[in-house]
Amino acid sequence: MDVVNQLRRQFVDYYTSLHREGFVDDQFTQLQKLQDENSPDFVVEVASLFFEDCEKLINNMARALEQQQRVDFKQVDASVHQLKGSSSSIGAMRVKNVCIAFRSFCEAQNREGCLRCLQQVTHEYSLLKNKLQTLFRLEQQILAVGGSIPVVE
Amino acid sequence: MGVESGFSSPRNDVFPAGLRVLVVDDDPTWLKILEKMLKKCSYEVTTCCLAREALNLLRERKDGYDIVISDVNMPDMDGFKLLEHVGLEMDLPVIMMSVDGETSRVMKGVQHGACDYLLKPIRMKELRNIWQHVFRKKIHEVRDIESLEGIESIHMTRSGSDMFDDGHLLGGEDITSVRKRKDADNKHDDKDLSDPSSTKKARVVWTVDLHQKFVKAVNQIGFDKVGPKKILDLMNVPWLTRENVASHLQKYRLYLSRLQKESDIKNSFTGMNHSDPSSKDSTASFGHHNSMNVMQDDLSNGAYSFSVNNSLAQNVDLKGHEGDRKGITSVPVAEPKGALSIDIPDPNKAKSSHISFDHSLGSVDSGLNFASFNSTNLVQYSWSKIPEIQFKQECEPLQLENGFSQLPLPGSHHHMQTEYLQPSASISSGPSITEKEASSSRIEVKPMYDEYGRNHVKHLSPMEAVDLFPVQSKNHTLHNQVFEPISTSTSSMKSPDVSLNWLTDLEFAQRNLNGGAGIPFTSLSEDIQVCWLQEYSALDKGLFA
Repeated sequence: MDVVNQLRRQFVDYYTSLHREGFVDDQFTQLQKLQDENSPDFVVEVASLFFEDCEKLINNMARALEQQQRVDFKQVDASVHQLKGSSSSIGAMRVKNVCIAFRSFCEAQNREGCLRCLQQVTHEYSLLKNKLQTLFRLEQQILAVGGSIPVVE
Repeated sequence: MGVESGFSSPRNDVFPAGLRVLVVDDDPTWLKILEKMLKKCSYEVTTCCLAREALNLLRERKDGYDIVISDVNMPDMDGFKLLEHVGLEMDLPVIMMSVDGETSRVMKGVQHGACDYLLKPIRMKELRNIWQHVFRKKIHEVRDIESLEGIESIHMTRSGSDMFDDGHLLGGEDITSVRKRKDADNKHDDKDLSDPSSTKKARVVWTVDLHQKFVKAVNQIGFDKVGPKKILDLMNVPWLTRENVASHLQKYRLYLSRLQKESDIKNSFTGMNHSDPSSKDSTASFGHHNSMNVMQDDLSNGAYSFSVNNSLAQNVDLKGHEGDRKGITSVPVAEPKGALSIDIPDPNKAKSSHISFDHSLGSVDSGLNFASFNSTNLVQYSWSKIPEIQFKQECEPLQLENGFSQLPLPGSHHHMQTEYLQPSASISSGPSITEKEASSSRIEVKPMYDEYGRNHVKHLSPMEAVDLFPVQSKNHTLHNQVFEPISTSTSSMKSPDVSLNWLTDLEFAQRNLNGGAGIPFTSLSEDIQVCWLQEYSALDKGLFA
């Protein structure tokens, strides 16, 4: 029992810290609410879709920006826009914020700026991925010891 | 893809449960989330990630869906186009979604007939309410069989009719029987209909006759001057209300504008590009022009905005691309006054740009025609595209003064070429400086990339030079140092070699603060510099320390 409570407390703390540090926003909480008996792994599934999409988009951007001759900023911008949309789905606030700045640089056709943003976005994405994976692991642990995942408002 | 819908038996709950929703979004994450959310609302969900797919689904089963929710940005088709198609062919309510909530976009959605525009992230309550659009449409628009069905189904639901429970109501054969019933009981239906919507709204069947009267009235009044009241008066149909006419008019307008658009698109593709300022495709001009204006203001206020001026970048790119002399020189045309844009991350770089800029000034002073210089000295332009559009969209006539006939300058723009936005470009065009008026020096500086590589590109903007000024004290020395040895050089700018040397030398100069040998800037005219600097009030003092 103690183990369960400990784990649950850990979960709550970790969860709130993610919010506090701006890794996720309210949308992430909404996703938790959507999870139910019919789709018990909903959040994990959504997160996986997001990571996949993220990686694909980041690769697109990197490829487009690598072009020595001329960068197709429209293409980069399209990918950034998609990433922005994607990140809003899961509540990835920090990633989304980088996307906003990224778009300005695309509009300005500022390759340096874009490259910097690309770096940032990659960084934020990996951070988030780690954080969420940790969170999900905690969830698994709780479930493994027979506990239930706390709902954090 | 999605859940089977259309012929599945609706729930026994009251409408709107069982509402058949088609969700279209290329983002798999959102598609999954929306599906889940809609299911939580007890709706029947079908998902697809391509617009074409959605249209196929809709066409296959015309009565299969009640409402469509689509993202604005789709890879295979513009969301607005899909919106039009659905409205035209199926006449279903369509809700648009996007992560972009810019007013112009939303407006476009509404103009194209979207009954709502949701911003992502979308909340549950927003989705819960979508049934209202279905309902509203069915009540108002009584032309369709579908709406007849819908109303009938609502009616049925409320009266607990078997028909509804069968689910056959929306099926093929029964539609006709339903319709027949409807037509017969037209008057009675009105009353029933009005119940669901707590306001008494007569359901109008827009028969061919009625519609013809309508069109006749519209044509009589003149399409531009129509209004529901006028039409109503002319039609002289006693039981018709102003609201009926109003909603029919709206549909008619949309229908006509779609037709118009389609013929427009066919007629002039480029025209379309040009005419739509909001579309990214029109790239350069419009957006740029706007940003340029902003820049202008900032500049005149002595505010040096380092905002990356996309327009600038773009303009520059376009022009310089093929090493087109004309293009190069005209690039500055779009430059807003003092549009200096890009950030200068590294003061050293700034110096180099500063130097280069000054050099360009010098060359101007020496009376060199930069246009020719540019053309001969172009090494590489890695600008990608040069939309011709750009020029066409120039809002101001090219004005050339001071004998720089080849350098078109738009209006009173201060051209500060900042090509650097294309860092990869190795452009060796010499800076071209044009001065419109003595007092307001417009100087076009085309950054010379080449040896400087990417980073330097950015620095070749006057903006940068300007920016340098605050940091200037040391730069002044640099400046002076750099230019001293230059004075003896001749106008060798015209030779390609020189330009390259110049670039190298600039670099050299940057490092050693020596002017380097062979820097082809004859005399960096202080006048020019001053003139140029005049634009930047804060600068003129500092530079010539």
